[in-house]
Amino acid sequence: MELFQYPYMQRALIAALIIGLAAPALGIYLVQRRLALIGDGIGHVALTGVGAGLLLNRSPVLVAVIVATLGAIAIELVRSRGRTSGDLALALLFYGGIAGGVMLVGLSHSPSANLNAYLFGSLTTISPGDLTTIVVLGAVILVAMLVLRPALFAVSHDEEYARVSGLPVRTLNMLIAITTAVTVTIAMRAVGVLLISALMVVPVASAQQVTRGFRTTMTAAMALGLFAAGSGVWVAATADTAPGASVVLMAIASFLVVALAAAGWRVLRRRRVPAAAAPAAPEPHEVVLG
Amino acid sequence: MNPPVIAVAHAAVGYDGRAVLRDVSLTVTAGEVVAVLGANGSGKSTLIRSVLGLVPLSAGSVSLFDRPLRRFRQWERIGYVPQRLGAGGGVPATVREVVAAGRLARRGILRPPGAADRAAVDSALRAVGLTDRANDAVATLSGGQQQRTLIARALAGRPELLVLDEPTAGVDAASQEAFAAALRDFVTDGGTVLLVAHELGPLRPVISRAIVVHEGGICHDGPVPEPAGHHAEPDHDHVHPHCPDEPARLWSI
Repeated sequence: MELFQYPYMQRALIAALIIGLAAPALGIYLVQRRLALIGDGIGHVALTGVGAGLLLNRSPVLVAVIVATLGAIAIELVRSRGRTSGDLALALLFYGGIAGGVMLVGLSHSPSANLNAYLFGSLTTISPGDLTTIVVLGAVILVAMLVLRPALFAVSHDEEYARVSGLPVRTLNMLIAITTAVTVTIAMRAVGVLLISALMVVPVASAQQVTRGFRTTMTAAMALGLFAAGSGVWVAATADTAPGASVVLMAIASFLVVALAAAGWRVLRRRRVPAAAAPAAPEPHEVVLG
Repeated sequence: MNPPVIAVAHAAVGYDGRAVLRDVSLTVTAGEVVAVLGANGSGKSTLIRSVLGLVPLSAGSVSLFDRPLRRFRQWERIGYVPQRLGAGGGVPATVREVVAAGRLARRGILRPPGAADRAAVDSALRAVGLTDRANDAVATLSGGQQQRTLIARALAGRPELLVLDEPTAGVDAASQEAFAAALRDFVTDGGTVLLVAHELGPLRPVISRAIVVHEGGICHDGPVPEPAGHHAEPDHDHVHPHCPDEPARLWSI
């Protein structure tokens, strides 16, 4: 605990907690629209932004925000066109992004150009300025995801219905794409581009094993994200492990705990309630459950 | 004569160069309950999807409530019921949450739901008989109950026009009855309905006019056609009629 007296550890903890809260709040919409791995792809693109920032001697995080946002817009345009070649276009973007990043970081010859810090996170080197960026952008993401929840839920759940409801579907989709880019870039400092998707997706995957509704899933996922971030930084500080990896492993550990608990609960309930209870109403054979 | 709610003029739709609808014209006036019938692949779903702007027209025009589709903004006047609920990425949602999405057209995306929204959702759930399942996950419902959830979502927005894409396909008898009752109430209150159906079943008495789509064109527009031949047998619910230009053995025995 003594370690948390140092300002750099306090900054690390605050940054991790904010990202732990914001990443699942966005991630739930990505999971719902089957884009669970999009954060990973945008992370690859963000790496080119880091390289460009280092090369141009500008803030790598700021340039990464811009490049990742452009990448996210491109991905969203490919997705909304619904072309079969979308898969390949995404692959080009992802691998182009990471190759560009590695090349530009190498070219920059900058002493601070530690590629690992961006690939796997470097929570303990967050400056007060970085923290301000993370707090402000994290708050914006959280407010947007919570205030617009009914609309974003409708768009992610049933896009055609949302269109017939007169919702600004294209704008909302763009908002999710841009928010993903921003979340990826602020989380890059904490867990690194290669582990970002985990914080967006794993808490949602854990929560949805035991929840029945969207709102409760979102709340539970945010709580689990917060827990993974807090406990991960604590583990990192006490056991001197890599903070980003510790946070992600804590998220995965809580997934396993929830999965086992849910399975155990189901077995218990089945024993208590005999199988004869509440037979399902007969359905015509051609029914396909959505 | 009542004002037109839907006006389709010389509409054509094609996918990848293949014509799905050819020169279709159709007017639905306020208070009508119009069933679009036809065989699979006849273009009946495409017809109603193009009315809603979900499928672009390659020629012709669509007007809703006397406004060209492109400039139509009063989406709260329309309730749309798709064929089925998508599975999504597996994030659970309760029946109430899905139905509450039907209020967005009226409320807008920024205003939080209020008492009026909750009351509308409650009464829509009651109308389809799902009040006791309101807090259950939609994915745990039967196919028929999921379909009723989608109808409740459309009703929650208090629309003037309901557009339904095969609302009774593969739905159990109890859900069909619940749906027919909900539709009757909607029509009694002055609502207009356009629905695609493969079988009418308990809906039959509610329908005021039938349109038969065949190979991308309308080949019948008038009263609900009587089933012919073995289609008229009591256990045969297959009411979509065949067009006169089809081989006679299909049409009559």
